[in-house]
Amino acid sequence: MPVQFIYDDQTLTALLSGEIDHHSAAFLRQILDESIAKFRPSKLILDFDAVSFMDSSAVGLVMGRYRCVDAYGGAIEVLNLTPKTLRMMRLSGLQSLAVLRGKVSGGKNE
Amino acid sequence: MKHNSVNQIKLELESRSVNESFARAVVAAFAAQLDPTVEELSDIKTAVSEAVTNCIVHAYPNNCGRVWITVIIHDSGLVRIRVRDKGCGIPDITKAREPLFTTAGEERSGLGFAVMESFMDRVHVRSAVGVGTTVTLEKTIRGRSGGLNDAG
Repeated sequence: MPVQFIYDDQTLTALLSGEIDHHSAAFLRQILDESIAKFRPSKLILDFDAVSFMDSSAVGLVMGRYRCVDAYGGAIEVLNLTPKTLRMMRLSGLQSLAVLRGKVSGGKNE
Repeated sequence: MKHNSVNQIKLELESRSVNESFARAVVAAFAAQLDPTVEELSDIKTAVSEAVTNCIVHAYPNNCGRVWITVIIHDSGLVRIRVRDKGCGIPDITKAREPLFTTAGEERSGLGFAVMESFMDRVHVRSAVGVGTTVTLEKTIRGRSGGLNDAG
Protein backbone atom coordinates (compact mmCIF):
# COMPACT_ATOMS: atom_id res chain seq x y z
CA MET A 1 0.00 0.00 0.00
CA PRO A 2 1.69 3.25 -1.09
CA VAL A 3 -0.32 5.38 1.35
CA GLN A 4 -1.06 5.00 5.04
CA PHE A 5 -3.61 7.27 6.64
CA ILE A 6 -3.80 8.62 10.15
CA TYR A 7 -6.86 10.62 11.15
CA ASP A 8 -6.84 12.54 14.36
CA ASP A 9 -8.51 15.74 15.53
CA GLN A 10 -9.73 16.96 12.12
CA THR A 11 -6.29 16.30 10.61
CA LEU A 12 -5.78 13.64 7.98
CA THR A 13 -2.16 12.62 7.52
CA ALA A 14 -1.24 10.64 4.42
CA LEU A 15 2.12 8.90 4.63
CA LEU A 16 3.17 8.48 1.01
CA SER A 17 5.82 6.01 -0.03
CA GLY A 18 7.59 4.64 -3.09
CA GLU A 19 7.88 6.38 -6.43
CA ILE A 20 5.48 9.09 -7.59
CA ASP A 21 5.29 9.55 -11.34
CA HIS A 22 2.52 10.02 -13.90
CA HIS A 23 1.68 6.31 -13.71
CA SER A 24 1.46 5.93 -9.94
CA ALA A 25 -0.13 9.38 -9.43
CA ALA A 26 -3.41 8.19 -10.97
CA PHE A 27 -3.87 5.55 -8.29
CA LEU A 28 -2.65 7.83 -5.49
CA ARG A 29 -5.11 10.51 -6.58
CA GLN A 30 -7.97 8.03 -6.33
CA ILE A 31 -7.19 6.75 -2.85
CA LEU A 32 -6.36 10.22 -1.49
CA ASP A 33 -9.66 11.58 -2.81
CA GLU A 34 -11.61 8.70 -1.30
CA SER A 35 -10.09 9.44 2.08
CA ILE A 36 -10.61 13.21 1.76
CA ALA A 37 -14.28 12.65 0.87
CA LYS A 38 -14.71 10.32 3.84
CA PHE A 39 -13.12 12.51 6.52
CA ARG A 40 -13.34 16.04 5.08
CA PRO A 41 -10.35 17.01 7.25
CA SER A 42 -9.76 20.65 8.12
CA LYS A 43 -6.10 19.92 7.54
CA LEU A 44 -4.58 17.46 5.09
CA ILE A 45 -0.92 16.58 5.64
CA LEU A 46 0.95 14.90 2.79
CA ASP A 47 4.11 13.38 4.24
CA PHE A 48 6.82 12.66 1.63
CA ASP A 49 9.31 11.15 4.06
CA ALA A 50 9.19 7.66 2.51
CA VAL A 51 8.93 8.81 -1.12
CA SER A 52 12.01 7.54 -2.94
CA PHE A 53 11.40 9.31 -6.24
CA MET A 54 9.09 11.96 -7.60
CA ASP A 55 8.80 13.98 -10.79
CA SER A 56 6.49 16.89 -11.60
CA SER A 57 3.49 14.53 -11.50
CA ALA A 58 3.72 14.76 -7.71
CA VAL A 59 3.40 18.55 -7.98
CA GLY A 60 0.20 18.07 -9.99
CA LEU A 61 -1.01 15.60 -7.37
CA VAL A 62 -0.48 18.11 -4.55
CA MET A 63 -2.10 20.94 -6.54
CA GLY A 64 -5.11 18.76 -7.25
CA ARG A 65 -5.51 17.78 -3.59
CA TYR A 66 -5.17 21.45 -2.62
CA ARG A 67 -8.16 22.19 -4.86
CA CYS A 68 -10.20 19.37 -3.28
CA VAL A 69 -9.54 20.50 0.28
CA ASP A 70 -9.70 24.22 -0.44
CA ALA A 71 -13.15 23.77 -2.00
CA TYR A 72 -14.69 23.22 1.46
CA GLY A 73 -12.30 25.54 3.36
CA GLY A 74 -9.62 23.03 4.40
CA ALA A 75 -5.87 23.58 4.41
CA ILE A 76 -2.94 21.51 3.22
CA GLU A 77 0.63 20.89 4.40
CA VAL A 78 3.40 19.04 2.61
CA LEU A 79 6.14 17.61 4.80
CA ASN A 80 9.58 16.08 4.47
CA LEU A 81 10.50 17.29 1.01
CA THR A 82 14.13 16.97 -0.05
CA PRO A 83 15.85 20.20 -1.22
CA LYS A 84 15.29 19.16 -4.85
CA THR A 85 11.63 18.22 -4.44
CA LEU A 86 11.03 21.40 -2.45
CA ARG A 87 12.52 23.36 -5.35
CA MET A 88 10.22 21.52 -7.78
CA MET A 89 7.14 22.33 -5.67
CA ARG A 90 8.21 26.01 -5.50
CA LEU A 91 8.55 26.21 -9.29
CA SER A 92 4.78 25.81 -9.39
CA GLY A 93 4.07 28.55 -6.85
CA LEU A 94 2.54 26.02 -4.44
CA GLN A 95 4.15 27.79 -1.47
CA SER A 96 1.44 30.45 -1.71
CA LEU A 97 -1.32 27.83 -1.43
CA ALA A 98 0.13 25.27 0.95
CA VAL A 99 2.66 25.01 3.75
CA LEU A 100 5.77 23.30 2.34
CA ARG A 101 8.38 21.91 4.71
CA GLY A 102 11.73 20.31 3.89
CA LYS A 103 13.32 17.47 5.78
CA VAL A 104 14.87 18.68 8.98
CA SER A 105 18.62 18.48 8.61
CA GLY A 106 20.16 16.06 11.06
CA GLY A 107 16.91 14.12 10.94
CA LYS A 108 16.57 10.49 10.06
CA ASN A 109 16.94 10.95 6.32
CA GLU A 110 19.27 13.89 5.86
CA MET B 1 36.05 20.54 -24.62
CA LYS B 2 36.19 17.52 -26.91
CA HIS B 3 33.73 14.76 -26.06
CA ASN B 4 34.63 11.26 -27.23
CA SER B 5 31.77 8.80 -27.08
CA VAL B 6 32.74 5.73 -25.06
CA ASN B 7 29.52 3.79 -24.72
CA GLN B 8 25.97 3.86 -26.03
CA ILE B 9 22.61 2.14 -25.61
CA LYS B 10 19.38 2.30 -27.56
CA LEU B 11 16.02 1.44 -26.12
CA GLU B 12 12.64 1.22 -27.79
CA LEU B 13 9.46 1.06 -25.78
CA GLU B 14 5.74 1.47 -26.08
CA SER B 15 4.21 4.69 -24.74
CA ARG B 16 2.54 3.05 -21.75
CA SER B 17 2.70 4.85 -18.42
CA VAL B 18 3.84 1.67 -16.68
CA ASN B 19 7.09 2.01 -18.69
CA GLU B 20 8.02 5.39 -17.16
CA SER B 21 9.76 3.82 -14.17
CA PHE B 22 11.43 1.23 -16.40
CA ALA B 23 12.82 3.90 -18.75
CA ARG B 24 14.33 6.07 -16.04
CA ALA B 25 15.76 3.03 -14.22
CA VAL B 26 17.48 1.77 -17.39
CA VAL B 27 19.01 5.17 -18.17
CA ALA B 28 20.17 5.60 -14.58
CA ALA B 29 21.68 2.12 -14.48
CA PHE B 30 23.61 2.84 -17.67
CA ALA B 31 24.78 6.28 -16.50
CA ALA B 32 26.02 4.67 -13.28
CA GLN B 33 29.17 3.71 -15.23
CA LEU B 34 30.31 7.32 -14.79
CA ASP B 35 30.26 6.91 -11.01
CA PRO B 36 27.73 9.71 -10.45
CA THR B 37 26.67 10.98 -7.06
CA VAL B 38 23.24 9.93 -5.78
CA GLU B 39 22.12 13.48 -6.49
CA GLU B 40 23.30 13.43 -10.11
CA LEU B 41 21.63 10.09 -10.72
CA SER B 42 18.40 11.37 -9.22
CA ASP B 43 18.53 14.45 -11.51
CA ILE B 44 18.89 12.20 -14.57
CA LYS B 45 16.05 9.92 -13.46
CA THR B 46 13.77 12.91 -12.93
CA ALA B 47 14.56 14.50 -16.31
CA VAL B 48 14.07 11.20 -18.17
CA SER B 49 10.81 10.62 -16.36
CA GLU B 50 9.58 14.04 -17.51
CA ALA B 51 10.61 13.48 -21.12
CA VAL B 52 9.06 10.01 -21.33
CA THR B 53 5.87 11.20 -19.62
CA ASN B 54 5.60 13.96 -22.25
CA CYS B 55 5.65 11.28 -24.98
CA ILE B 56 2.88 9.35 -23.26
CA VAL B 57 0.66 12.29 -22.31
CA HIS B 58 1.29 14.64 -25.26
CA ALA B 59 2.89 12.89 -28.23
CA TYR B 60 0.48 9.96 -28.27
CA PRO B 61 -2.56 11.24 -26.35
CA ASN B 62 -5.08 8.80 -27.78
CA ASN B 63 -3.02 5.85 -28.88
CA CYS B 64 -0.01 3.80 -27.98
CA GLY B 65 3.09 4.73 -29.97
CA ARG B 66 6.80 4.07 -29.86
CA VAL B 67 9.43 5.93 -27.87
CA TRP B 68 13.13 5.65 -28.68
CA ILE B 69 15.75 6.48 -26.10
CA THR B 70 19.44 6.74 -26.91
CA VAL B 71 22.01 7.29 -24.19
CA ILE B 72 25.61 8.12 -25.01
CA ILE B 73 28.28 8.55 -22.40
CA HIS B 74 31.52 10.36 -23.17
CA ASP B 75 35.01 10.27 -21.71
CA SER B 76 34.52 13.85 -20.51
CA GLY B 77 31.71 12.69 -18.21
CA LEU B 78 29.03 14.09 -20.51
CA VAL B 79 25.80 12.07 -20.71
CA ARG B 80 23.61 12.80 -23.70
CA ILE B 81 20.09 11.33 -23.62
CA ARG B 82 17.82 11.56 -26.62
CA VAL B 83 14.11 10.81 -26.23
CA ARG B 84 12.34 10.62 -29.55
CA ASP B 85 8.74 10.00 -30.59
CA LYS B 86 6.79 10.02 -33.83
CA GLY B 87 3.77 11.59 -32.20
CA CYS B 88 1.73 14.71 -32.86
CA GLY B 89 4.58 17.22 -32.44
CA ILE B 90 4.67 20.57 -30.62
CA PRO B 91 3.19 23.57 -32.48
CA ASP B 92 4.96 26.19 -30.33
CA ILE B 93 8.10 24.96 -28.54
CA THR B 94 8.75 28.28 -26.76
CA LYS B 95 5.25 28.20 -25.30
CA ALA B 96 5.54 24.51 -24.36
CA ARG B 97 8.73 25.22 -22.42
CA GLU B 98 7.15 27.97 -20.30
CA PRO B 99 6.70 26.87 -16.69
CA LEU B 100 3.07 26.11 -15.78
CA PHE B 101 1.93 25.99 -19.41
CA THR B 102 0.07 22.78 -20.13
CA THR B 103 -2.37 21.53 -22.71
CA ALA B 104 -3.17 18.40 -20.70
CA GLY B 105 -6.00 18.20 -18.22
CA GLU B 106 -5.69 15.42 -15.64
CA GLU B 107 -3.70 17.47 -13.13
CA ARG B 108 -0.52 18.03 -15.08
CA SER B 109 1.53 20.76 -13.43
CA GLY B 110 3.00 22.16 -16.65
CA LEU B 111 6.48 21.85 -15.17
CA GLY B 112 7.94 19.09 -17.35
CA PHE B 113 10.39 21.20 -19.35
CA ALA B 114 11.11 23.51 -16.40
CA VAL B 115 12.16 20.50 -14.32
CA MET B 116 14.30 19.10 -17.15
CA GLU B 117 16.02 22.48 -17.49
CA SER B 118 16.47 22.81 -13.78
CA PHE B 119 18.01 19.34 -13.33
CA MET B 120 20.11 19.04 -16.49
CA ASP B 121 22.86 21.26 -17.95
CA ARG B 122 21.19 21.59 -21.34
CA VAL B 123 17.81 20.72 -22.88
CA HIS B 124 17.26 20.88 -26.61
CA VAL B 125 13.87 20.34 -28.27
CA ARG B 126 13.24 19.71 -31.93
CA SER B 127 9.70 19.12 -33.09
CA ALA B 128 7.50 19.13 -36.16
CA VAL B 129 3.72 18.90 -36.05
CA GLY B 130 2.56 15.53 -37.32
CA VAL B 131 6.11 14.19 -37.46
CA GLY B 132 7.32 13.96 -33.91
CA THR B 133 9.57 15.38 -31.22
CA THR B 134 13.13 14.80 -30.11
CA VAL B 135 14.23 16.02 -26.71
CA THR B 136 17.97 15.97 -26.01
CA LEU B 137 19.12 16.15 -22.40
CA GLU B 138 22.75 16.72 -21.46
CA LYS B 139 24.54 16.62 -18.17
CA THR B 140 28.20 16.39 -17.29
CA ILE B 141 28.75 14.00 -14.43
CA ARG B 142 31.35 15.27 -11.95
CA GLY B 143 30.89 12.06 -10.03
CA ARG B 144 31.93 10.84 -6.66
CA SER B 145 35.55 10.69 -7.85
CA GLY B 146 35.22 13.95 -9.82
CA GLY B 147 35.58 12.45 -13.29
CA LEU B 148 35.37 9.36 -15.44
CA ASN B 149 35.72 6.09 -13.63
CA ASP B 150 36.51 3.19 -15.93
CA ALA B 151 33.74 3.36 -18.49
CA GLY B 152 36.24 2.33 -21.21
